[in-house]
Amino acid sequence: MAILFSDVNHMPVTTLLFYVFAATLLLSSVVVITARNAVHSVLFLILAFFNGAALFVMLGAEYLAMLLVIVYVGAVAVLFLFVVMMLDIKLAERRSYIKKHLPAGLIVGFAFLAELVFVMKNWTVLGNDLVLSNRAYPVAHADSIGSAKALGEMLYTHYLYPFQLAGLILLLGMVGAIVLTQRRRAGIRRQSSLEQVLRRPQDVLELTRPESGAGVTSFDFNNKNAGK
Amino acid sequence: MDAFTQLGLSHFLILSAILFALGTFGLFLNRKNVIVMLMSVELMLLAVNINFVGFSAYLGDRVGQVFTLFILTVAAAESAIGLSILVTFFRNFGSIEVENVSELKG
Repeated sequence: MAILFSDVNHMPVTTLLFYVFAATLLLSSVVVITARNAVHSVLFLILAFFNGAALFVMLGAEYLAMLLVIVYVGAVAVLFLFVVMMLDIKLAERRSYIKKHLPAGLIVGFAFLAELVFVMKNWTVLGNDLVLSNRAYPVAHADSIGSAKALGEMLYTHYLYPFQLAGLILLLGMVGAIVLTQRRRAGIRRQSSLEQVLRRPQDVLELTRPESGAGVTSFDFNNKNAGK
Repeated sequence: MDAFTQLGLSHFLILSAILFALGTFGLFLNRKNVIVMLMSVELMLLAVNINFVGFSAYLGDRVGQVFTLFILTVAAAESAIGLSILVTFFRNFGSIEVENVSELKG
């Protein structure tokens, strides 16, 4: 990262790599939003995330790049793929409504793009010295110990509570996904812990004193169970 | 020409701007397919992450990467919840075309 924004005059390889990765990223995201088959969309989303990870590596965020590959390609994209394959989805017939939504989409997309490019073209750091002297975690220190360790040092000290909150969000996502996709089907015997806890001895037990040789006739197990 | 060959912050910012606009455009383009809409949201979040990491590298401050980490966390939880809502929706309605579905009629 230190060499990336330094004042070296010619760095054609890095720039060329950036353009390759950026072009692949943009082209694959175009395919993501225009592909008719959702499976193709997911596969090109994976390609886009790989290229994003490569850009992260160029920027010196190796840990985040690995995280992007592991979390997105390994988990989220596979989740997408699983859902796409599990649901029986017809190939999207968008010819009929593409005329309806294309103008609005183009307007909003280009408005966003124009605003962002306008901001970024005219962007300068006001008081550069002030910004650079107020860095919370200078890279010069982080470069000597590596990306992952530097991130960990920050996460477990200054950002401990946000880190715990992030874990809580993940727990919430897990519980939410399980609760949302769980369904009760009729005809399947399940364990009902409520009924188990509420079961009382006097409801299910009856003490009888049968005479010898007569057996138990007054107690009907089937009726007793049917009442439950 | 120097601005073209010399890699700077604006390269990453413009890339993320284009990516964000593509994600926004994809939201409008795929109104029938919620899965692709979710993927568009993921693309927008990736654009935001590139922005954060680019500024982090430019300013020499690692805090931007911490926020990227949090964005990744939220995005993962969001896609898990969104996809499970989608599965439930598909189970109840038999399709994922959300455009014409309005169950809550007032």
